[in-house]
Amino acid sequence: MLLNQFLLLAAILFSIGVYGVIVRRNGVLVLMSIELILNSVNINLIAFSTYHGLGGQVFALFVIAVAAAEVGVGLAIVLLIYRNRRSVDIDALDELKG
Amino acid sequence: MLALLAQASDVFTKPTVDYHALAPELILVGTIIVLALVDSWKLERARPVMSAIAGLGLLAALVPVITLAVDGTDRVLLDGGYVVDSMSLVLKALFIVSAYVVVLLSINYMAEGDYWESEYYTLLICSVLGMTVMASSRDLIGIFIALELLSIPAYMLAAWRKGDERSNEAGMKYYLMGVFATGILLYGMSLAYGLGGSTNLEAIGLQLADLGSDGVPVVALALLFTIIGFGFKVSAVPFHTWAPDTYEGAPTPVTAFLAVASKAAGFVALIQVTYFCFIVRSDVIEPIFFVLSISSMTVGNLIALRQSNVIRMLAYSGIAQAGFMLAPFAVASSDPALSLQAVVTYLVIYAAMNLGAFAVIIAIARRTRSAELEDLGGLFTYMPGLAVAFTLFLASLIGIPPLGGWWAKFGVFASLIEADSGLGWTLAIVMAVNTAIAAYYYLAVARAMWFDDVPEGTDTSPVRTPATLGFAVVITLIATLLFGILPQVVNDVTDFGLVALGG
Repeated sequence: MLLNQFLLLAAILFSIGVYGVIVRRNGVLVLMSIELILNSVNINLIAFSTYHGLGGQVFALFVIAVAAAEVGVGLAIVLLIYRNRRSVDIDALDELKG
Repeated sequence: MLALLAQASDVFTKPTVDYHALAPELILVGTIIVLALVDSWKLERARPVMSAIAGLGLLAALVPVITLAVDGTDRVLLDGGYVVDSMSLVLKALFIVSAYVVVLLSINYMAEGDYWESEYYTLLICSVLGMTVMASSRDLIGIFIALELLSIPAYMLAAWRKGDERSNEAGMKYYLMGVFATGILLYGMSLAYGLGGSTNLEAIGLQLADLGSDGVPVVALALLFTIIGFGFKVSAVPFHTWAPDTYEGAPTPVTAFLAVASKAAGFVALIQVTYFCFIVRSDVIEPIFFVLSISSMTVGNLIALRQSNVIRMLAYSGIAQAGFMLAPFAVASSDPALSLQAVVTYLVIYAAMNLGAFAVIIAIARRTRSAELEDLGGLFTYMPGLAVAFTLFLASLIGIPPLGGWWAKFGVFASLIEADSGLGWTLAIVMAVNTAIAAYYYLAVARAMWFDDVPEGTDTSPVRTPATLGFAVVITLIATLLFGILPQVVNDVTDFGLVALGG
C-alpha cells in the first residue's frame, strides 16, 4: 500500500525538526521544531496502525495530549526567561558553564 | 453511549483491576489530591504542613510495597502491560525512599528561601508517581506516559527560583534537552511499534527475534533512537551537556532529586526496554551500550578532574557513574540475570551514597553559602561531623571497602568478567582505569576539608544542623555502611534470577 510514502514524509518532517532544534536560536521557534518532530512520530504511528490495529492510534492520542502539556511548561519557562532578560535568545543563556 | 457501544461489541471485556497491586500508586495519587486541596483551601497558612503531608504520603505508599513484597506473587495487569514483581517492588521502594530523603532535604531549604512551597511538594510527588509507574510498565505507551509524568514536573522544579536567571537557565536547558530527547525516543518507539506490531514489549521482542538478519538497518534505527532517548535522561555522554548546568543552577534539593531519582528512573526505563524486549537483538544493542558506557565514564571523569565547584564535580562524577551502570548492559545477553542484578544493585547503592553527599552539601552550604571547593577548606575544624560523613560518602563513591560503593562496583566487574567476551574485558579494563582517575578528584575534596586552612572571614562558630537534614544524613550514611558491610542484604533483594525475565 502507501506505507512507504507516509514513512518518508515522517522522516523528512523529523529531519526538519531536528535541524530546527539545532540551528534556531529563538526559544519559541525551537518549541515549534519539537512539535514537528512529535507530529512526524504521529504520522509514523498512524501509518503503522493501518497494519497493526488500534494500538498506534491510541499511542498517537497520548502523544498529542502529552505534547500539549509539555509545550505549556516550555512556554512558561520561555516567558520566565523573557521577564528576567527581555530576550528569548537561547544562545545567550551562558551564565552556567565549565 | 460508550457503555452501550461496549456492550454491543463482543470483543470488549472489562479488565479486572487488582487494587492491591496498584495501591502504592493510588496512595501517591491520593497524596497529590490532598496536597492540592489543602493548598487551595488554606492558601498561605498551609505552608508549614505541606512537607509533613508529602512525607507521610510517601511513607504510606511504602506500606503496600512492603505487603506486596511479603505476599511475593507476581501480579500482571492490563494484558501484560503492567507488571508488579519483585524487581519492580525493589525499584518502587528505591524511588519512594529517595523521594522521602529529598523531602527531608527540602524542608528547611524551601521554608527559609521564600520559595513556592506548596506547589513544590505537589510536583515532587507527581514526579515520584511517574517513577513508580515506570517501574512496572512493560508497554511502550506506559513507559512513555511514565517518562513524561516524571519529567514535566522536574522541568518546573529545576526552574523553581523564578527570579534567579541561573535557575531559569537551568530549567530551560533541562527542558529543551529533555523534550528533544523525548522526540527522538518517540520516533524510535514508533519504528519499534511498526516492526513489532504491538506496543507490548514482550510482543515486540518476539517479532524482533523473528526478523533475523532482515531489516537490520531499520531495527538498528529503532533501537538506537530509543536508547538515545533514555541516554539523555541518564546523562550518558554525548547526551550529557545539560546535566552540569542544570545541577548547578537548580535548587540543591532538586539537584539531589534529579541526580538520584530521575537518573534511576531513566535506568529503569532502559532496563525495561533492554531486558524485556531489545535483548533478542544483542547484536545491535551491545555495541551501542559499549560506546555509551566507555565515553560516559571517560569523558565524565576527565572533565570532573578540573572542576572547582563541588556540585559541578558531582554532576560530572554522576556522568561517570552512569557509565559504570551502563557497562552491564553491554554484556546483557551472556547472563541477563547477573547483569540485571549488577545494574539494580548499583542503582540502589548509588542512590544512598549520592543522596548522602548532596545532603551534606546542603548542610554545609547553610554556613558557607557556596559549594566552591576553596570555601570548604578546614571544614573539619568547625563541622567535624559533616566532614567525616562527607568523607565517607566520597570514599563510597570511589569504591573503597567496606563502604557500599565497593560492592556496587564489584557487581559490575563480576558481570563484565563473567561474560568473558571482548566487549566485557575491554569495559572492565577501562572501568578499572577510570576508578583510579575518579579517586583523585574525590580525594581532592576530602583533602581540602581535612588539611587546608579555613578561608579568611569564615564564621567558624559551631553550627546547628536542622534535625530533618541531620536525619537525612544519618539514613543515607547507615544505608551506605550497611550495603558495604553486609552486601548480602542488597544482594538478596536484587537477586531476581531468571523468573523476572520470564525465562
